[in-house]
Amino acid sequence: MSEILLDFNNVTMQFGGVTALSEVTLQISRGEILGLIGPNGAGKTTCFNVMTGVYAPTIGSVTFNGQSLAGLKRFEITKAGIARTFQNIRLFSEMTAVENVMVGADARKKSSVGGAILRTPRQRREENESRERSMELLKFMGIADRAHNAARNLPYGYQRRLEIARALATEPQLLCLDEPAAGFNPAEKQELNELILKIRAQGYTVLLIEHDMNVVMKVSDRVAVLDFGKKIADGLPDQVRSNPDVIAAYLGVDDNAS
Amino acid sequence: MSTIGNAFAPVRDAFDSIGDAFHRMNQWQKYSFYAIVIIALYLAPFWTDIPVIGPIVDTPGTQFSTVLNDQVIIFVLVALGLNVVVGLAGLLDLGYVGFYAVGAYVTAILTSAHGNLPWLLSLPIAVVVSMLFGVILGAPTLRLRGDYLAIVTLGFGEIIRLTAKNMDWLGASRGISNIKKPPSIFGLKFGVIDPKPYYYLGLTLVLIVVFVLHRIEYSRVGRAWVAIREDEDAAELMGVHTFKFKLWAFTIGAAVGGLAGVHYAGKVGFINPDNFPLQLSILFLAAVVLGGSGNMYGAILGGVLVAYVPERLRNFADKRVFVFGVVLVLMMVFRPEGILPKRVGDEHKKRQRSSQNEEVAQ
Ligand SMILES: Nc1ncnc2c1ncn2[C@@H]1O[C@H](COP(=O)(O)OP(=O)(O)OP(=O)(O)O)[C@@H](O)[C@H]1O
Ligand SMILES: [Mg+2]
Repeated sequence: MSEILLDFNNVTMQFGGVTALSEVTLQISRGEILGLIGPNGAGKTTCFNVMTGVYAPTIGSVTFNGQSLAGLKRFEITKAGIARTFQNIRLFSEMTAVENVMVGADARKKSSVGGAILRTPRQRREENESRERSMELLKFMGIADRAHNAARNLPYGYQRRLEIARALATEPQLLCLDEPAAGFNPAEKQELNELILKIRAQGYTVLLIEHDMNVVMKVSDRVAVLDFGKKIADGLPDQVRSNPDVIAAYLGVDDNAS
Repeated sequence: MSTIGNAFAPVRDAFDSIGDAFHRMNQWQKYSFYAIVIIALYLAPFWTDIPVIGPIVDTPGTQFSTVLNDQVIIFVLVALGLNVVVGLAGLLDLGYVGFYAVGAYVTAILTSAHGNLPWLLSLPIAVVVSMLFGVILGAPTLRLRGDYLAIVTLGFGEIIRLTAKNMDWLGASRGISNIKKPPSIFGLKFGVIDPKPYYYLGLTLVLIVVFVLHRIEYSRVGRAWVAIREDEDAAELMGVHTFKFKLWAFTIGAAVGGLAGVHYAGKVGFINPDNFPLQLSILFLAAVVLGGSGNMYGAILGGVLVAYVPERLRNFADKRVFVFGVVLVLMMVFRPEGILPKRVGDEHKKRQRSSQNEEVAQ
């Protein structure tokens, strides 16, 4: 395989007595779409939380681009190139859609209070760049018609897409999507899949958490499966689909029939 | 929704129609509008001479321009600064009076107690010292969240007051007198009888602060603040250096609070620790919350109301903490966003959002 972008090395994550992740090793290659699936409570979101610095792993390490993420603050990890969306939408609800995205774009900017007060050339340039890039991303996600609406007033589907636009604005190398199609109907899911493929075509690496096996099988180059915090399978979609452990995990759990 | 909440609808509609009309204006009309409003504000001391309106606005017992400067200007300045901390960045600061005191005391020390600097020179120094206090208080505490921050800031306000009360170097309970006045300029004489020059100066300070804060609010910094207020974790995960920007909010808030203190000290010429009680912090906060936390113009309106109404209604001044306490509780129940909350994005244009709100609720 090609260059390893993210290396999740033997990670165990415990919360008190709960072991959310147990000795998980997972690699993501640059340019691929990796699907991460598993029943409820399998530890998928916890993987994101460990990767983005929300939690420090109890044991193990995460390396991104050859650099250890240990000890990095969350915003430093974002600047290092990992961006994410949230399973439960977490937009800045009192800001407009475009402002939400601009917050992400601002991550790469430098100007601060002095620049803002004096309206320095650099500040004005950065401000324009942020705004233009954010509008582009809203168009790309197909939600530009609501750019100046408060995020809280956006329809649900727009909010989900806005989360992706905001994450893309941080110029990540790895984009982590936590159930971006949750609550979507099949047509909407199809549209989103196409968007994800388009995103990858632009050079982003995508880590996709998804509940719906069928969805994830269609877009992913590779699929990893978690069950009770353990990785039980990792391979091409067809291999994973026919893996007996995976079938057992999915049959054994009363999964939501989506 | 609630009837009391709706009682503010006319206020809001009035401001909305002004806002809508404003948006339709061209550049030239906008500048003229600004000019007219600013001139009208500079003429405020003479509003009492206008027939019909004069008697309505005039304050019984106290000269109108004294109220304008000593109450309204101070509260508006403070509300502007506190709005950055509480309204934009969402940090509950219950000890904001501390910065106001620091500004006043630095001017008092430098121009009277331990120095002979002119007032004007003490101003930048006092602002910088206030900012330093902002950093000193913020650096260790801004890693705390919510309730803890409120308690620590509450303590800060009291520590400043008690330090002043107990240190001879700071004049102890006697306070510091003979604080220098602002320099005469444009034929304005800053004396003890006429409050008008102080008001003109104070209004100028307010306009400068509004200009500066407006620029900061509509920049990367302002966006970072609001993002932190809305969801601190999400903000940090989107690359916002949350600690740095919270510290900036504190520091800028402190600067404006300190500036208000400098202006106050220059006007009264004499300060003592009793001028900076805890309840002032509460009234400052009341101004911001009442007016519309997060909206600069709401904060200004709140500052004007909290400062002016008690002076306008006789016998109200000494009960104002109580009355505003009750008003605040009612506001929290019926209209938590304040009289004049910030409208986000297109909201001022299309107010019929109900159909979309339903979509979100699905
Ligand atoms: N902060 C936390 N404190 C305690 N337990 C936690 C915490 N975060 C996650 N867990 C637990 O870790 C386990 C894995 O949770 P996680 O959210 O990663 O699952 P998931 O695979 O994302 O599930 P879902 O499909 O429901 O989103 C669960 O048992 C959960 O209760
Ligand atoms: Mg999850």
